Amino acid sequence: MSEYFNNIKTGAVTIATGMGITLKHFFNAVKRKGDAGIDDADYFRQVDGLCTLQYPREAIPTPVNGRYRLHNNIEDCIGCGQCVRACPISCISMETIKVTPDDLAVCGKTSDGQQKKFWVPVFDIDVAKCMTCGICVSVCPTECLVHTPVSDFSEFDRSNMIYHFGNLTRLEAEAKQRKLAEVQAQAAKEKQAAAAKAATDKAQAENSGQ
Amino acid sequence: MSVSAIPQISLPFLMGNSLNAWSDALAGLTISWFPLGLVIIAAIPLVFIALYALTYGVYGERKISAFMQDRLGPMEVGKWGILQTLADILKLLQKEDIVPASADKFLFVVGPGILFVGSFLAFAVLPFSPAFIGASLNVGLFYAIGIVAIEVVGILAAGWGSNNKWSLYGAVRSVAQIVSYEIPASIALLCGAMMAGTLDMQQINLHQSGPYGFAHFYLFQSPIAWLPFLIYFIASLAETNRAPFDIPEAESELVAGYFTEYTGMKFAVIFLAEYGSMFMVSAILAIVFLGGWNSPLPNLGALALYDWTSGPVWGAFWIISKGFFFIFVQMWLRWTLPRLRVDQLMYLCWKVLTPFAFIAFVLTAIWEIYVP
Repeated sequence: MSEYFNNIKTGAVTIATGMGITLKHFFNAVKRKGDAGIDDADYFRQVDGLCTLQYPREAIPTPVNGRYRLHNNIEDCIGCGQCVRACPISCISMETIKVTPDDLAVCGKTSDGQQKKFWVPVFDIDVAKCMTCGICVSVCPTECLVHTPVSDFSEFDRSNMIYHFGNLTRLEAEAKQRKLAEVQAQAAKEKQAAAAKAATDKAQAENSGQ
Repeated sequence: MSVSAIPQISLPFLMGNSLNAWSDALAGLTISWFPLGLVIIAAIPLVFIALYALTYGVYGERKISAFMQDRLGPMEVGKWGILQTLADILKLLQKEDIVPASADKFLFVVGPGILFVGSFLAFAVLPFSPAFIGASLNVGLFYAIGIVAIEVVGILAAGWGSNNKWSLYGAVRSVAQIVSYEIPASIALLCGAMMAGTLDMQQINLHQSGPYGFAHFYLFQSPIAWLPFLIYFIASLAETNRAPFDIPEAESELVAGYFTEYTGMKFAVIFLAEYGSMFMVSAILAIVFLGGWNSPLPNLGALALYDWTSGPVWGAFWIISKGFFFIFVQMWLRWTLPRLRVDQLMYLCWKVLTPFAFIAFVLTAIWEIYVP
């Protein structure tokens, strides 16, 4: 019988305690929980108040060394294609055009002074596929490929998730392609002429030798 | 009613502030053969349920629960999320009205209707004001306790008609729970009826009026009245399937209990019925133990607070505020306590509440007979 009354007493006391706790939280809802980070001394002292973060308008900043969205500084890219080969899920696609000798100055140098030898008309990163493994970053010789702290880049259209970093427009790329073809044709012709000349020289020498 | 400092608002054709003046005048209002006034009397509680469920019931509960859990609640639709309920209703209206292929069509469709009618019928005897009551029955309290049992039929129809194991489990639990808890609830209310000596809701309220405000309420009139008051409050939580007695809908085990298969407006009607019965039990609690439409403020010498805050409009204000206060306590309990197990639920009803209700009944009888 005493157990019966003890049960009732425990029930009443615990219900009262619980209701006290919820009511305290209810009245504390006029306050916001502080935004002290884990590094702050009073991080564990901020127990009262609302803890909701209204996300698109309020956000905890990502760390400055956070590795999220992949970004290519195309000015520093030499078009070596190592990232394309390193990527385990092939989310980078790249096309290059060799720079003609007279354009070398126009194409310029990387920020650490290396001469760029390729135009990069197409450098597409599919950030929807990218799993931020960072292998491409570690193989990049000029450190132009980096993960940025931008973590929220959702899109309504799948095609918007493909980021274009190429440094030539389509028309420019066609012009460069034509120019390279001309230069190469010119070089081939010269080579052919040189070869023909060498052949005639050789024939003459053989003839004179007899 | 004595002279009030604040003039009472009276509709032109409803002059007079005497008992049931407004509803009597409305009942007499007919256009040729059509009893327009009776329709209006029935429509007033209906509109009240809809408005209160829309504002306090849904939006208020979501906000209160959020604040108790250190959240913000709805914030996106309108300022502070005020229009959230309207958005919800628009969503519910657009939803496809699905009747499962293997369901019992008739029971499935009729279930929510019976449920809502059951909770709405009790509003007929709730005195919303000294001058307004739907039906001034001399067995008002008895009618209110009895008519709620119709809800059980609706729940069973919905649960059986869905032809779903969760629905059936929910319905069976709900029926067992409501039928069991009606016993302590009724005995607790009988204590109030004994103190009043009548079952007429308006008479119970009248017996609790007086210049000392809250001191005339039955809760403060007898040293044991708090016991039936608590018993009825606990039992009413179980009767309305509110937490911690929400095992019929137990979302973590039964998905949604007896309304698992319902969508769209049928789902909304079930919710409206739940909010309707929440207010109904809160109002009965307020009427029987806390003076109903009587002002709790006492007359303090020259400060005639009671006289200033009495009258038909003030009466409506007081009974609705008291009802809303108990609904707040219901919500407060819901976000404090975990759900009871089925055997704990039955233990609480048959082994704790019922014996204590009998004790309260006997003690109240002794008090009423031997203490003047």
